[in-house]
This record gives sequence, C-alpha cells and structure tokens, in this order.
Amino acid sequence: MSKFIIRRLLQTIPVLIGVSILVFSLMYLIPGDPAQIIAGEGASPKTVEQIREKLGLNEPAPVQYVNYMKNVVQGDLGNSIRSGRPVMDEIKARFWTTVELSFYATILAVFLGLIAGIISAVRHYTWSDITIMLIALFGLSMPNFWFGLMLIQWFAIGPDWMPEFMKMRASGWGDDWRQIILPVITLGTGGAAIIARMTRSSMLEVIGQDYIRTARAKGMSERIVIYRHALKNALIPVITVVGLEFGGFLGGAVLTESIFAINGMGRLTIDAIRTRDFPIVQGTVLVISFLFVFVNLLVDISYRLLNKRIDLN
Amino acid sequence: MVQQTPAAEFGQKRSSPRVEAYKGFWRRLRKNKAAVVGGALILFFILTGILGPFFTTADPNATQISIKLQSPSAEHWFGTDNYGRDIFTRIIHGMAITMKVGFLSVALGGAVGVFLGIISGYYGGILDTVIMRTMDVLLAFPGILLALAIVSVLGGSLTNVIIAVGIFSIPAFARIVRGSTLSVRKLEYIDAVKALGASDGRIIFKHILPNVLSPIIVQLTLRIATAVLTASGLAFLGLGAKPPTPEWGAMLSEGRTYMREAPHLVLFPGIMIVLVVLAFNIFGDGLRDALDPKMKK
Repeated sequence: MSKFIIRRLLQTIPVLIGVSILVFSLMYLIPGDPAQIIAGEGASPKTVEQIREKLGLNEPAPVQYVNYMKNVVQGDLGNSIRSGRPVMDEIKARFWTTVELSFYATILAVFLGLIAGIISAVRHYTWSDITIMLIALFGLSMPNFWFGLMLIQWFAIGPDWMPEFMKMRASGWGDDWRQIILPVITLGTGGAAIIARMTRSSMLEVIGQDYIRTARAKGMSERIVIYRHALKNALIPVITVVGLEFGGFLGGAVLTESIFAINGMGRLTIDAIRTRDFPIVQGTVLVISFLFVFVNLLVDISYRLLNKRIDLN
Repeated sequence: MVQQTPAAEFGQKRSSPRVEAYKGFWRRLRKNKAAVVGGALILFFILTGILGPFFTTADPNATQISIKLQSPSAEHWFGTDNYGRDIFTRIIHGMAITMKVGFLSVALGGAVGVFLGIISGYYGGILDTVIMRTMDVLLAFPGILLALAIVSVLGGSLTNVIIAVGIFSIPAFARIVRGSTLSVRKLEYIDAVKALGASDGRIIFKHILPNVLSPIIVQLTLRIATAVLTASGLAFLGLGAKPPTPEWGAMLSEGRTYMREAPHLVLFPGIMIVLVVLAFNIFGDGLRDALDPKMKK
C-alpha cells in the first residue's frame, strides 16, 4: 500500500509541473507586452523597461519559468497589478471561503445524490425511479448560475414570508452562516444529479450479481440485502465521482460566488480577469488546480483502500 | 416494417454486417422514447437556428425605450428587455449562436482529441506517455477554470470562446478514444491487415477509426451539452460574445440587474439553455444505450 501511495505521489509531480508551465505561459499568450500591461497604458517607455528588468522579462523563457517556480515554491506568487499586494495574501484571505463553499456543496450533493440514487435503484422502473431520474437529468442540464438567479428570485426577493437572512445576499456570507444556504444549493445541485445517476447505475449493477441473489435466497430481509450487501460495494465507484465533484465545485464556485457576491477565490479570479490583473489570475488558477490534483490523489488512495480487489497497476 | 416474401428475400443479396449493425442501432434508438424526443428537439433547434431569423420580422437589436421591461404579452411573447428589445426575437437569433458555439467547439475539441487519442493508443510508447500526461495536465483544471483561463488571455469574443471550450473538450475525447484504440489494436484483424502490408494511416482511418466511432459519437453529443453550458457561463461572466449580441448567457447577465421588476429577462434565456442542454443529454444517453446494447439493463 505504501508503495502505491509513493508511486501515486510521484505521478502527481509531472502533472503539477505541467500545470505550472501552462499557468506560467498564460502571461505570454496575452496579446501585447506583459511589462506594458503591468505598467499601464500611459506608462513611459522607461518605466516599462524598469518593470521588464525587475520581473526578469528579458531572460529567456525557461529561465523565467525556473525563477517563477522558485518563487512559487516559497509561496511567492508575485504582486497584484492593481492593489500592489502580494497575490498570496489576496488568495489567503479568500481561500477558505471557496473551500468551505465547495465542501458544503459536496456534502449536499452526496446526501441528496445517494438518497435519490438508492431509491431509484431499489425501485427501478417504477414511477419514483422515473421521476427521480428526470429531476436528475434536469439538474444535470441546468446552468448553475441560472439556478442561483432563480433561487434568489424565488426566495430572496420573492415572497415576504422568506426569512430575512436569505435576503442579505449582497454582502456575501460571513456575518451569518445561514446565508450560505442558497449558494450551497446552487453549487451542489448539479453534483447531486451526477451522484444520483452514478449511484443508481452502480447499485443496479451490484443488485444483478449472484451474491445478492444468494443473500436473498438465504432468506435475508431486503433491507439487509440492500444496505449491508449491495450498498457497500455499489458505493466504491461513487467515491471517485464525489472527489471529482468537489474539484468541479472549486471551479464552479467562480459562477456561484459571482452571483451571490461571495468574496472567495472565484470572484477574485473574475475581478482580476476584468481588470486584467494577470498575476492574480495566474495565482488563483494555480492554487485551485493544485488543490484539485491533491483531492484527486486522496480519492485515488481511498479508492484503493476501499477496493482491495482492484490492482491499480 | 415491410414484410418480404420468401422469394424476394431469396433474390436479395444479404446486407453486410455493418449495415445489419446499423439497422440494429437504428431500431434500438427508435425504441428509446427519450432519445427520440431529444433527437427531435435537437433537429428543431437546428432548424430554428437556421430558419428562425427569417420568420421573426423584428430586429433583435432594435431598441425602443418606450416599451422597455414589458411582461410577456400577445405582441411580445417573452416580453421586452431594458432597452425595449423583443426577447423572443433575441432568443430565436441566439439559437444560431448557441448551436454554432456547441457544434464548432466540440468539432474542434473532438478532431484534436480523437487524433491524439488514436495515435496515442496506436503507437504507444513515449508518444503515448507525452500525450496522456498532457491530457492529465489539462484535466487538472477543474470545471470551467481552463476555459476561463484561456479566454482571459485571448480576450472575450465568440471565436475565443469556441477555441477555449474546444480545448476544454480535448482530454475527454483523447482518453476515451485511446482506450478504445488500445482494445481494437490488439485484435487479430489488425494483425492481418498489417501482414498484408497496409500503411499505418490506412490502418488507422480504415480499420481502427470505424471501430471506435460509437464512443466518439456518444461523447460528441454529450460534450455539446457541456460546451453550451460552459460557453453560456463564460458569456454570463462577461467573457463571451459582447453586447448587443443576443447570446443567452449574456442576456442572463444583462437581465439580472432587472430581476426584481422583470424576472422574465432571466427566465426565458435560462429555460432555453436548459432545453438545449437537456436535448443533447437525453439524446446522448439514448445513443449510448443504442450503440452499446450490452450496457443497457
């Protein structure tokens, strides 16, 4: 097992390097001179040259990349063009907001998805199965930013009976934890749909197997057959999806945060793109992707722990 | 189905296995009601995209402030927006944009992804390692983030959104096609055509590609759904088509300011996105069931 973990860790390194090269190259894909962009449009050629010198933009690209990575490893992601503050500080202030939002959205998605998927599988081809799967299909096809707007429309600015805390959307959350409810529903619904579909098909596959028939033939109650025998094995493939969903939520938070005015990494990224603050864009994209790679690593390891039959070699 | 007399059947040449397989696929697809509905909807949307603008007389960008923010009525089916533009007309004109972005981006991502997947699976070795690790890197950007990063450097425009969403779709195709190629490559008939002296290009295009086509077709359909969602998300964030283009995501973004007094501004473009994505999703699901009967329960 430890051999597997070490090998999996080593496999992560080229991916992280690849991600960092791609993020580093973003700066060079921008039409125009990076130094000019950082200096601003009205800057004198002298200032531009100074910035170029300071940032080492005259060096060959590989040297620049190595310098960039040296800084990244030390936690230095450069400075924001607009505020002048270190990118790392800007991210630190918002990192947990996004992680927290994604985490709660994952919990909601798993909770709803598992219940819906199990009901659907146990009662397959009945009306409840068809209804659940139709809802899941809608959940899958709905842009979450639109769903978020609809939630605001229905709950926050709609009826008078709605609790006051849900109406305080403009301030994001922080003062009142209950304000997180609508953003979490917005972000988590699509994931719940995916998990429901996955759980259903995984359960159906397991239920069709011989050992389940044996368990039934032995006269076990249906409850025990489903929850003790089938579910345990059916959940294994679902775990992979849960990990991917959490990662997807980190990316999806960009839209949710922008709708609910939540001051997280996603909103930081969008604001930075709008103001062409590229060091911030690079920083947030790098941090979110690294986090995603790390989550995937954990998922792979837990998958392996849970499913000893599978040899990932 | 037309019943044939034994004599007619006798006189007819037996159709090839490929034609038989195609017939079987078609029969299974028609049986799947959801897929038929999805397919019909897609056809309807494509026709609306092409022909719709000829049937709507109003200019989608014609502003008339005196009738701004009107609720749906007989005259303006979906109401009017903050500039007094007819939302129904804008939605019809936006259909072509949505379809264009969906099809073109997936065609781009599919072409590159399928090419990379096939050569990766067929040649193996270092080429395979390099291509697949690159795909891993692209997959390390969760959700919309990769497309977002690409558009942020290229600048927001419809073409750039197509490129960004296209790149975003490459890894999905490459991975699936590589897997299928690997399983086909080891089959005996490939050894046979190799022994006959067929070139790599011929083997890939004539013998491997037709046999990995099923997962590609399913993936193409499902990816269009994802592409439409991603592109509208980018437009919603102000990184896609620029106003006054009647792109649905951009319409949602513009409309959200007036949500309190005129919720129809966000209601209709959103419903249209859901319908288009839903159509591609159910058609893709149906295709998968029909193309791979083993998977159907």
